[in-house]
Amino acid sequence: MKRFLGFVKKEFLHIFRDYRTLIIIFGIPAAQILIFGFVVRTDIKDAGVAVLDLSHDEITQRLTNKIFSSGFFVNDGNLLNYNDIDVTFKKGNTKAIFVFEENFGSNLYRKGRASMSIIADGSEPNVATLITNYTTAIVNDFNRELNKDAVNSVLLIQPEVKMFYNPELKSHFMFVPGVITLILILICALMTSVTITREKEFGTMEVLLVSPLKPLQIILGKVTPYFLLSFINITLILILSWIVFGLPIKGSVVLLLFESMLYILMSLSLGILISTISKTMQQAIFISFLGLMLPTIILSGFIFPIENMPKVYEIVSKIIPPSYFITIIKGIMIKGTGITFVWKETLVILFMTLLFIGLSVRKFKIRLQ
Amino acid sequence: MTRNTVISVKDLVKRFGSFTANDNLNFEVYEGEIFGFLGANGAGKTTAIRILSGLSRPTSGKATVAGFDAGTQPEKIKKNIGYMCQKFSLYEDLTVRENIILYGVIYGMKLPALKQRIRQLLEKLKFEEYENRIISDLPLGLRQKLAFTIAVLHEPRIVFLDEPTGGVDPITRRQFWEMIYETAAMNITVFVTTHYMDEAEYCDRVSIMSEGKIVALDTPAELKRQYNAESVEEVFVKIARPPTPSRPAVGTGSKGGLKPEPDTTGKI
Amino acid sequence: MMQKIIESSAIGKSFGETKALEDISFSVNESEIFGFIGPDGAGKTTLFRIITTLLLPDEGEMRVMGHDVVTGFKELRKNIGYMPGRFSLYQDLSVEENLNFYATVFGTTVKENYDLISDIYSHIEPFKKRLAGRLSGGMKQKLALSCALIHKPALLVLDEPTTGVDAVSRSEFWDMLKKLKQHNITIIVSTPYMDEAMRCDRVALIQTGKILSIDSPVKIKEGFSRKLFRIKTSQKYKLISVLRKYPGVVTVYPFGDSAHVTFIDDIIDDSLSEFLVKAGIDDTVIEESEAGIEDRFLELMEKGTMV
Repeated sequence: MKRFLGFVKKEFLHIFRDYRTLIIIFGIPAAQILIFGFVVRTDIKDAGVAVLDLSHDEITQRLTNKIFSSGFFVNDGNLLNYNDIDVTFKKGNTKAIFVFEENFGSNLYRKGRASMSIIADGSEPNVATLITNYTTAIVNDFNRELNKDAVNSVLLIQPEVKMFYNPELKSHFMFVPGVITLILILICALMTSVTITREKEFGTMEVLLVSPLKPLQIILGKVTPYFLLSFINITLILILSWIVFGLPIKGSVVLLLFESMLYILMSLSLGILISTISKTMQQAIFISFLGLMLPTIILSGFIFPIENMPKVYEIVSKIIPPSYFITIIKGIMIKGTGITFVWKETLVILFMTLLFIGLSVRKFKIRLQ
Repeated sequence: MTRNTVISVKDLVKRFGSFTANDNLNFEVYEGEIFGFLGANGAGKTTAIRILSGLSRPTSGKATVAGFDAGTQPEKIKKNIGYMCQKFSLYEDLTVRENIILYGVIYGMKLPALKQRIRQLLEKLKFEEYENRIISDLPLGLRQKLAFTIAVLHEPRIVFLDEPTGGVDPITRRQFWEMIYETAAMNITVFVTTHYMDEAEYCDRVSIMSEGKIVALDTPAELKRQYNAESVEEVFVKIARPPTPSRPAVGTGSKGGLKPEPDTTGKI
Repeated sequence: MMQKIIESSAIGKSFGETKALEDISFSVNESEIFGFIGPDGAGKTTLFRIITTLLLPDEGEMRVMGHDVVTGFKELRKNIGYMPGRFSLYQDLSVEENLNFYATVFGTTVKENYDLISDIYSHIEPFKKRLAGRLSGGMKQKLALSCALIHKPALLVLDEPTTGVDAVSRSEFWDMLKKLKQHNITIIVSTPYMDEAMRCDRVALIQTGKILSIDSPVKIKEGFSRKLFRIKTSQKYKLISVLRKYPGVVTVYPFGDSAHVTFIDDIIDDSLSEFLVKAGIDDTVIEESEAGIEDRFLELMEKGTMV
């Protein structure tokens, strides 16, 4: 028994003398609670909604005002005709469009019925469902108000729900692109994150340094094989999602592959950067895996809509590369967007790639101390 | 006067797959001896020591250590021996005092007696100022001396030392061997391997292993006489790597393929 | 005129509070085999890393092949063959692949300088397809040396190349180094084994960051300040403790099968054997002996601690 206790005491000493274990035991749980608490929400706030009002009468105005004064939505503007719907959704900010038919008011008073359409962006099924539910509730409430004033006939506004891009509201339309984003950055960053630290740990880095090789040559030399192999990887992933999940690629396959390769290059460079600043392989893996996995899952818009989060997290979301790639990949695969709508995000990823490579070269230690 | 045997090895064989690391070893070690165990890298020394210290089981044959069988009672062996390997015996992030207490407790010593021993030990080693220093801050020589002291803390019957003086400065090396002498004088048997051939001379008897077999075993003086050598090193060179057609004698200019020593690093 | 390959002046280096190197000054001539002899912690690896430009010195200056180690590192890194401790090889690449890699990195081919490494490489060539991780210590050593030489560097820097390798391989290794001198390559080697000092042209004894002595091995031995006596007996341990009590003794060190002893004013007379016999030691053989490198090293170490 004494032996056992003696051993336990030793273990306590090890734990308290290493700041890393302390971080794991105390720091990470605290961080997780804070993050999850603020991010996981099943309500909506400030969802972007646009209105296609083909009637422009008093009723549509009243209803529109009521909808927007609920606090759940933000008015993204007014559309002029049906053709604008696709374009608006492709831009990405608008999550739903309310369409009021022509002669909405007169139809309502004369026939007792008028229809409005709630067209939701089906590429984010959770949000779409929430929006349609909330809106339907607001409209029903409006109905009750209307009928309070009226004397005998029952007035009814019937909201019709339509899903744009994902008519069956398949959740893997949201899921699979997000998973691709997550997998690519994790695997690619992990692959390259140990490569430099491994040389440091095994001592071969010393010999490489005392040679004509320049840091940029070493770094690019380490990225290139993974880059070439990843092309096979991404192709396989896309084929798999199509076969297994029936996930379409509405937009250009070439563009999708190009964007994916760029994202992969960015991830590989990020891994290299982690490798240059880590002292051991263990540290590198730790940083890549934990440092990338959680933010990507929680803060990139993969599952939880960014608009629902507190401002601080929104800002973080704007800094992490996966957020941009998710927009791109969902856009191309589900909405069929072309380069015209994703050029901004593409540039951001390109910039980040160059930034990571540049930082890696700078951080690359040409000496042992 | 018959001496007690503390280690008895009979037809000991250890195989890893098709590779025979220990090939029919036969020898005895007597109580209070300083027994030197020499051999080239890959000759099978570490394998044999691991069996004798209860860390590994023989493939066939018998090894008895401190009265216990290495094949069936390795746990009992571990309780009765001390062990020190070259570089990693002590916990680097604990202090000198904490290491001593930890190992003392693990070896089953009672705390009050242990605390008294610590005082004694630190005084003898002249370590008082280092009592609360973290191991990684201490120079190698001091660490090795401390590790050895800890290995015999519980006064075992035998202590196994695996290359304890590698890289240590010449003065500390000698002080270390004086500690070994004192230990043997207390009737604790010392089983030591070393790469320093002059240290082989300090031993009462020396065995030399080559390619899994013991090719010589005797006192240093006898070995030198038998092989007509001035030093144990010369004996070693003559028999640890005998010239064969594929391996020319040392000093004649080595050309042609040398038979590689079997690499056992991955197999233990 | 023989150019100085390395010129070092008052080099110092600290890690935090620990002074790893202090006031290191020495020079190495072209085509020399220059050895740094000292135990673990002496500062050998730190010094070699400064020479190969991997570490910056805190004090002092050093020029290697005419370039300053701080500012001229780019040029130097192209012209040094470096073999750090642990034989840094790619364990998962074969012998051949390792050699080809280093040849390519230095802009040459294995064929181009094959004659330089042939003596060494011929031992491992039969195993050229074997993974480096599966080689024995002696073979790894030869491969690492071949990789360091493949681009025919003017300066070869070997950090403890014989550590962890058995006595026979060590000896062979030094034979190989001797042969390299013909090719005009300057070699600096570090080792904890005192006997290897004899194989160098000149040697620096180094201990806890300071140089104790620099000279040819023979001159270093001759620098031993007293007469050395070897005393042999069957009771080795007892001899040491008894001798320490003898009033005329200065130093007593066990050296294998004998004790190396020095006396005050180098005087030795019958009182010594009387003293020993009285203590129960009667089979001693006492003779004067030439001091070796290790004797001198011990003497210098003592002087260091006595200050």
